[in-house]
Amino acid sequence: MRYLRIDSPRPRIAVFDFTGCEGCELQLANKEETLVPFLNAVEIVHFREIDTEAGEEYEIAFVEGAVSRSDEVERLKVIRGKARLLVALGSCACFGGVNRMKNAYDLDAANAEVYGRSPKETLPVRSVKEVVPVDLEIPGCPVSKEEVERIVRHLILGVPFAFHAYPVCVECKQRFTTCLMERGQLCLGPIVRAGCEAPCPAGGLGCWGCRGPAEAPNMEEFFALARERGFTDEEINERLAFFGGFEGVVAGGTR
Amino acid sequence: MNVDLNIRIHPLTRVEGHGNLLVRVVKGQLQEVHWDIVETPRFFEVMLKGKHYTSAAILTARICGICSMGHALASVRATERAFGVEVPEAATKLRLLAKHGETLQSHVLHLLFLAAPDFLGLPSVLPLLKSSPSTVTLAARLKGVANRLCEVVAGRPTHPVSIQVGGMALFPDRRELASLKTELAGAVKDLAAVAELFKGFEIPAFSRETEFVSLKGEGGYPWIGGALLSSDGVERAEDDYLQMTNEFVDERNTSKLCRLSRDSFAVGALARWNNNGRFLQPAARAAAEELGLEPACRNPFKNNLAQLVECIHVAHESVALIEELLAEPESVQTMAEVSPREAEGVGAVEVPRGILYHHYDYDGEGRIVRANCIIPTTQNNLNIQHDLEKLAQELAAGGAGDARMERLCSMLIRAYDPCISCSVH
Repeated sequence: MRYLRIDSPRPRIAVFDFTGCEGCELQLANKEETLVPFLNAVEIVHFREIDTEAGEEYEIAFVEGAVSRSDEVERLKVIRGKARLLVALGSCACFGGVNRMKNAYDLDAANAEVYGRSPKETLPVRSVKEVVPVDLEIPGCPVSKEEVERIVRHLILGVPFAFHAYPVCVECKQRFTTCLMERGQLCLGPIVRAGCEAPCPAGGLGCWGCRGPAEAPNMEEFFALARERGFTDEEINERLAFFGGFEGVVAGGTR
Repeated sequence: MNVDLNIRIHPLTRVEGHGNLLVRVVKGQLQEVHWDIVETPRFFEVMLKGKHYTSAAILTARICGICSMGHALASVRATERAFGVEVPEAATKLRLLAKHGETLQSHVLHLLFLAAPDFLGLPSVLPLLKSSPSTVTLAARLKGVANRLCEVVAGRPTHPVSIQVGGMALFPDRRELASLKTELAGAVKDLAAVAELFKGFEIPAFSRETEFVSLKGEGGYPWIGGALLSSDGVERAEDDYLQMTNEFVDERNTSKLCRLSRDSFAVGALARWNNNGRFLQPAARAAAEELGLEPACRNPFKNNLAQLVECIHVAHESVALIEELLAEPESVQTMAEVSPREAEGVGAVEVPRGILYHHYDYDGEGRIVRANCIIPTTQNNLNIQHDLEKLAQELAAGGAGDARMERLCSMLIRAYDPCISCSVH
């Protein structure tokens, strides 16, 4: 029994980028204290940002970025056809990420504003799973390399991986961070999936929700909590829409 | 000399983002050479509209996964200048320290992971895991110090959290700062080893008269804010950045292009070196001399050397900054009061690849009415094109074959360390 059909002790990995900042694939070269063992544990066969050699045979495809142009749709389909396991890497790939906020604007007007009379091709932003089937999603803006490593370890050892069911709040308590809500900031910590180890509240910034919803979040209770602290539904909804992970969830009725 | 070449690289590897190289030579005559930016546009200026000032830096950090500190810093600076906020001195020092962490991280990533394989005749840094593991360990250790510097000061190495309008959300843990000081002393030694490595590399002989644009040094090597300077003698105030960039849309590219006094200009480490090199730390100037990086250098391949010299500068200056910060009292303030007002502001910051501008127009509620971001690689793209035209012509006339033409043209583009996603945003 292998986890997600990966049966190689040293799986071949390919990394691809679409609409995004390439910050998530850069994380693969971070966490330097374990970088050498990480690179030795897998076989990187395709990673354009750091490697000129490009192999076409791989088991795991890490796909970073959202999809917002027709050539990206075609490229993604080819990758899906080759990969045994397709992993959406980061919030853009999982939800569309900040790019998804573009969808609130008229695309022709947006194009005219940026490119004047020479518009460039652009489509409404979609996540990877809205285009092809996805086997595993690792959210985060950027992803936590620690979590990516843990997942790769599970894949190599054939042990199923489960994300934490609890929200970011728990991780703030674990690291003794003073609650940002208590300090007057809006924070999505109570409803967002943990696993990042809550670096933002520890650095003085309420959670913006880059990892999307925790398991069965109590949205109504969260809305009540936020309103009680003086935040308007408009502010809450603006925050929920920021990384695209709460598509369809709205405070105070439909948008 | 009757060589025919048809080189198409779709897309170029070992750079951030998607750009294509095309070179066509018929009977030793260069027919065309193109550096085409094909990255998908994201429309950040549109998404910024209506955003509250507290979210501008969080959103614009996402323009770039490598220089997110720089974007956050340009963003908060633009907002603070619009609202007339005086940032506390300790916060200014912390910001510069985070900036230095990013410069070191980005330059080391470029020099050792992206550029060095060309000089070593390798497709990537990965074969070194077997043939020279100590080089990979050295690169990882240096990048690790740089990332920890960003993490301790700004909360995270990528997409910072503590850089906020008004200053810095918190003063870092003093024990962490003290331990970083020790690590940076080690980084200085590691950088000497990198300099030895690069001394052994053959930097291609090439030069082209170029206009270089950067912040203007006034008493120090400039990173955040101040007057703008071109090596052709143009000087402008920070607010007049549009006169320094003259950005225009091009049919062929999803990146816009820029020009100033000539057909194109260059920004980045080499521009900063040319315009402000005299303000570098003595150890960095000494390294420049040893590496053969002369003032008024017109060889774009030597941008690699200028980046290395800057690494040495920021490592030294970071140690000094940490000493100053550790001398601050426990009660030190890092945040100023912020009152939004209807106004506009510009923030110019030297990020790893050159000068970056953010410009926001705010309404009275502190929401953005209009935004403009001009990216270093956007400014460099046309200069890369013109450099390539001269280089490819010289190589074609010299009878270069496919491999040599492809290698040198790719190396030239890489020397600019382009951040293509950023340039399109």
